[in-house]
Amino acid sequence: MVEIRLHGRGGQGTVVAAKILADAMSKIGKYVQAFPEYGVERRGAPVKAFIRIDDDIIYIKSQIYEPDNLVILEPALIGTIDLIYGLKEGGWIIVNTNKDPAEMKFDGNYRIATIPATKIALKHHLGSKAAPIVNTAILGGVIKILELCDLDTLVEAVREGVPIKEDANVAATKEAFESTKGGR
Amino acid sequence: MRKVIIGNHALSYGAMLSRAQVIAAYPITPQTEVIELLSEMCANGELDAKFIKVESEHSAMTACVGASATGVRTFTATSAQGLALMHEVLHWAVGARTPVVMGNINRAMAPPWTIWTEQTDSLSQRDTGWMQIYCQNNQEVLDSVIQAYKVAEQVKLPAMVILAAFVLSHTSETVEMPEQEKVDEFLPPYELEYKIDPDDPHAFGGLTGPDGYFELRYIIQKAIEDAIPKWEEVGEEFGKLFGRSYGLVETYKIEDAKELIISSATVASTARSAIDYLREKGKKVGLLRIRVFRPFPAEKVKSLLSAIDKAIVIDRNISFGASGIFYQEVKAACYNEKNKPPIFGVITGLGGRDVGKKDIIDIYEYVMKQDKVESDIIWKGVRV
Amino acid sequence: MPKKSEVKIIFESIKDMPPLAVSLYTMDYNKTGSWRNVRPIIDYDKCTYCTICWKFCPEPSIDLEKIEVDGKEKFKPIINYKYCKGCGICWTECPVDAIYTEEESE
Repeated sequence: MVEIRLHGRGGQGTVVAAKILADAMSKIGKYVQAFPEYGVERRGAPVKAFIRIDDDIIYIKSQIYEPDNLVILEPALIGTIDLIYGLKEGGWIIVNTNKDPAEMKFDGNYRIATIPATKIALKHHLGSKAAPIVNTAILGGVIKILELCDLDTLVEAVREGVPIKEDANVAATKEAFESTKGGR
Repeated sequence: MRKVIIGNHALSYGAMLSRAQVIAAYPITPQTEVIELLSEMCANGELDAKFIKVESEHSAMTACVGASATGVRTFTATSAQGLALMHEVLHWAVGARTPVVMGNINRAMAPPWTIWTEQTDSLSQRDTGWMQIYCQNNQEVLDSVIQAYKVAEQVKLPAMVILAAFVLSHTSETVEMPEQEKVDEFLPPYELEYKIDPDDPHAFGGLTGPDGYFELRYIIQKAIEDAIPKWEEVGEEFGKLFGRSYGLVETYKIEDAKELIISSATVASTARSAIDYLREKGKKVGLLRIRVFRPFPAEKVKSLLSAIDKAIVIDRNISFGASGIFYQEVKAACYNEKNKPPIFGVITGLGGRDVGKKDIIDIYEYVMKQDKVESDIIWKGVRV
Repeated sequence: MPKKSEVKIIFESIKDMPPLAVSLYTMDYNKTGSWRNVRPIIDYDKCTYCTICWKFCPEPSIDLEKIEVDGKEKFKPIINYKYCKGCGICWTECPVDAIYTEEESE
């Protein structure tokens, strides 16, 4: 089973990101579970979402305390709250930032990847400058780094999962897939 | 076909596939998505049903009871305060023998205002005569709605399909969608012998004196007792058609178990991972998940507990002044038995506090250090 | 569902009973006329056929008979003494005092 925890702000599409990724994984035959940290989904507030992926029925129903990988949609959260609690050694931290992975500092033995998701989202007019919606962009990088599924499968899930601007979201997903930098 | 859907939509699809004909509901967090989807289905013609908008949950249940008495299949859904407001009519649904099927999202009762999960709302309705099914995942939610109609219509009693707020209601999970033709084969149209019919008028629920009321209650008890084997039969028949069997209870790794963790719904589901961990450590512990709480599967519980050394009941609910409610029921079922283990009662996760694998391992390890039951409540996770 | 009986059904055991409280017979068997202390009598010389007594009778034990008066269709109230309880509403409501009463003799 793969467990991924997503950290973002309300309004960035963190919860929808988890759902779209779950849909994509379901398309390749996996059992999935995706859910937010319930009740705190307010615009601007720090939010968490969780996703579990397995080959069989998933019985565990709690939040994810020891994720295999972490996705940080909002880099401004780094240093303000503990984001990496419980992250397994050697796990990926995938961050939305224009910086290179080498510039990111986290205490512990983790692998780091960066995706300029805000830049990509703004380029494709997803959300506003004050509140860009970065979820579809970041997913393009997430599936590449974690080798979860092929781009076409994700694109299909994005098309089905976004409420508006299908083409712009798909373009953002593809661009992120191409421009993701990983490894340290 | 597989879909990734939230628990609330699993209820909606269950009602749709069962061809519910009248839906009356009032929105309440965390149930709203159930009726949002059903109202869409009614509006776009996907579901040929009358959607009745009402001004309260009391009216929602009243509309369902009235419609059901005319011989149509009815559905509603609610949660917590909404269920409490229905209370009077819940008794009416049972007395009128109307097989209404309702989804209830387990949410803690206010005050203080809360929207998170706990089972005290539905368990407060345990004496109404409603059948209660506690589900552990979205697949079971959908499947249980279909089975609930089958059992309810056979025994002429209403049934409540119950799921945890957010932990299922708003969690997207993989769900295998049953095919409509197979559901139609499994669930025949609803037939009612005693029904409201303008061409043959009768009065329903009229004044009944002590010379008749007593017998009518006796008949209800017999009907709900009949439902005990029916839930097994229907669950097996469902398995033959759809590949997923269900029963009154579900067990996990009990073959050589010396200890049994007993729980319900999603806490029981999470407990599986704790059992796996403890088994790896060489502990002989198994899991008993109580799926159908009313009618209570007392015989199953008694026989499973007769051969073990310790039982631990984990409740996400409380009967103030007594203890956890599943704990009371398990203890009561075993009281007259010769072979019964000490039964420990744990209360945890009230008001939606997360219950994880580690919590259940901690509970097990704590109980293993106890020689005897000192108190009816072991509090897990409360900051005292 | 069985058609309604006009005779009262006595349930000997639950085997005879429906599973819910439902009326299986009419109340025709219940001759409430025996409850009456005072008998209302309609004075048809005064009656204007307004049918107010028929509208108000709660039992209801006033029937209407279609008649012709001066070439016009009227409805004549007739009290059914098998069921009239003598409650007094008809003679209280009658606007022309066309209903008088007599004590019931034994």
